[in-house]
Amino acid sequence: MLAGKYATQAEREHVRIVYGLDKPYYVQYANFLTNAVKGNFGKSYISQVDALDTILERFPATFELALSAIFISITGGVLLGVVVSIKPHGILSRLIMAGSLGGISIPTFFMGILWVMVFAVYLEWLPAFGRGDTVQLGSWRTGFLTLDGLKHFIMPALTLSGYQLAVLLRLTRAGMREVLSEEYIKTAWAKGLSPFKVIIKHALRNVLIPVVTIAGLSFGELIAFSIVTESIFQWPGMGNLLLISIFENDHPVIVTYIMLAAFIILSINIVVDMLYALLNPKIRYD
Amino acid sequence: MTIPAGQKILSIQELKTYFYSHQGVARAVDGVSFDLNKGEVLGVVGESGCGKSVTAQSVMQLVPDPPGKIVGGKILFHEKNLLTLPQKEIRKIRGSGIAMIFQEPMTSLNPVFTIGNQISEMFRIHKGYGKKQALLAATEMLDRVQIPSPHKRVHEYPHQLSGGMRQRVMIAMALSCDPEILIADEPTTALDVTVQAQILDLMQTLKREYNTAIQLITHDLGVIAEMTDRVVVMYAGQVVEEAKTRELFKNTLHPYTRGLLKSIPVLGKRTASDRQELTEIKGMIPSLTNLPKGCRFSNRCPQAMDICTQQAPELTGDGSGHNVRCWLHNRIQDHG
Ligand SMILES: Nc1ncnc2c1ncn2[C@@H]1O[C@H](COP(=O)(O)OP(=O)(O)OP(=O)(O)O)[C@@H](O)[C@H]1O
Ligand SMILES: [Mg+2]
Repeated sequence: MLAGKYATQAEREHVRIVYGLDKPYYVQYANFLTNAVKGNFGKSYISQVDALDTILERFPATFELALSAIFISITGGVLLGVVVSIKPHGILSRLIMAGSLGGISIPTFFMGILWVMVFAVYLEWLPAFGRGDTVQLGSWRTGFLTLDGLKHFIMPALTLSGYQLAVLLRLTRAGMREVLSEEYIKTAWAKGLSPFKVIIKHALRNVLIPVVTIAGLSFGELIAFSIVTESIFQWPGMGNLLLISIFENDHPVIVTYIMLAAFIILSINIVVDMLYALLNPKIRYD
Repeated sequence: MTIPAGQKILSIQELKTYFYSHQGVARAVDGVSFDLNKGEVLGVVGESGCGKSVTAQSVMQLVPDPPGKIVGGKILFHEKNLLTLPQKEIRKIRGSGIAMIFQEPMTSLNPVFTIGNQISEMFRIHKGYGKKQALLAATEMLDRVQIPSPHKRVHEYPHQLSGGMRQRVMIAMALSCDPEILIADEPTTALDVTVQAQILDLMQTLKREYNTAIQLITHDLGVIAEMTDRVVVMYAGQVVEEAKTRELFKNTLHPYTRGLLKSIPVLGKRTASDRQELTEIKGMIPSLTNLPKGCRFSNRCPQAMDICTQQAPELTGDGSGHNVRCWLHNRIQDHG
């Protein structure tokens, strides 16, 4: 199959030997492991270049998309969560909560298509796909530095952030509810602080501990699994590459992708743990 | 015991604070009136749930709304009615005019800020100090409340301190802007006996130093006897007796107060459970949503008469400052 649909028997044999597919599966696996430890994940069956390099080349696009998405979901989620917790029965709060239900239950692909329909097809305000103009900074290709690049971010980032935003909003609301009834909040009011100080300094700071933890953990997931969003917007990132590789049966790339995703999630978890310690004084000293 | 100067600084008049729920309206504070004079220590006693904390929270306007609402009365602080003052004015009074400390030192301090930060805040908002100056002042306050090595402690977090230490921090915070009134809502209930005594000692010392009037809420009559100049006894959302402390102990009028006094445990045998239970008074406090007609204590009163279940008595006195809400003593006013 790798050799192409019309390959002869001899050509097929040749391909099997080149990729080591003629060896028993346990030998293949041992080879894979020793190579992987050395950072060598094999070559792509399709493009014949190093699988890891192929993926890493796409990494900046995905990373920047995930970064914008997490930024939107944290600021949006926390802000709206606070608004909702201040006046839980107001009309605005009810609207926001209904919206967040949508954010959680509308599938990403549908939301993405909806965005495209409205803003790209009908209103023609935003580009429908791609990354737009990018700037090369060393080995990193960024879309943050051009206006066109930024415009291209808006819809994919909103789509990718939708679910997280709704989750963080609900988390913030639940946290605020709990914290606002704490004794130390009563103390804060009794000190004569302004509502802004009580809510933003004394309450929100406590609520942020779980919010940042969850947001951090989901950041890894956003990077690793932005597949749907990337394919809707034809985003030249890792997720799109994975999708293509799956269609093409490009095993080295798929395996490498999964290893990389695991590594990213793991490292982000470690960073989140450290951040958690920074936010929570009890952890720091115990 | 010094005789208070007698100048009113806080006057609560016919205060009514109700809680609204599905079960109905809980009349937690129902027509409470009492004054606090300059420099005096006023004790407020009564069983759990009689409205002591809600009265205090009403003064600070910290009643959770919903479900609570102040529906009537006046709270005069220097002749200004706090209940009609705009929020901005209230905020100025909170902390600098009237300060409050709470029962639970373990949860009254914010866990994510250093105690230095939390005390500094008082100086920054009420006195406009800069960061450094405020921290210095906070350190000095810690020294005032006799916390050892204050320079080190200011940088610590609440969880690094014991319960007694945290209550000292709360006191330091409350007194940092020289309030005229300190409302202490059961400041020692959550602490063990030796620490309790230390905290009360400290409060007495500081009271003399700052000449702060203290409204001390407690259900410990031992504390009342030791600390206060005057006492207000509350029952089911009302004041039932009010007198100078010595007078109250010597010449108890209300049957409820008498029951309370009988239930003081013997000194030296004070344990937490002894202090909580009022074994001498039979029965339960009536439900605040469904109060009896007539006197609210009538169903538990050993001396109840016919009129007690028919008509509610008024708070009356002979002009000496010893007031009581009881049909047994209603005639005092007629003669006096
Ligand atoms: N947040 C609230 N929601 C509903 N009802 C409340 C609330 N706070 C107080 N109440 C009602 O007010 C009544 C009086 O409460 P309060 O806290 O003033 O009692 P207390 O005299 O301070 O008792 P304790 O000695 O237990 O502190 C309670 O019995 C309760 O019915
Ligand atoms: Mg109370």
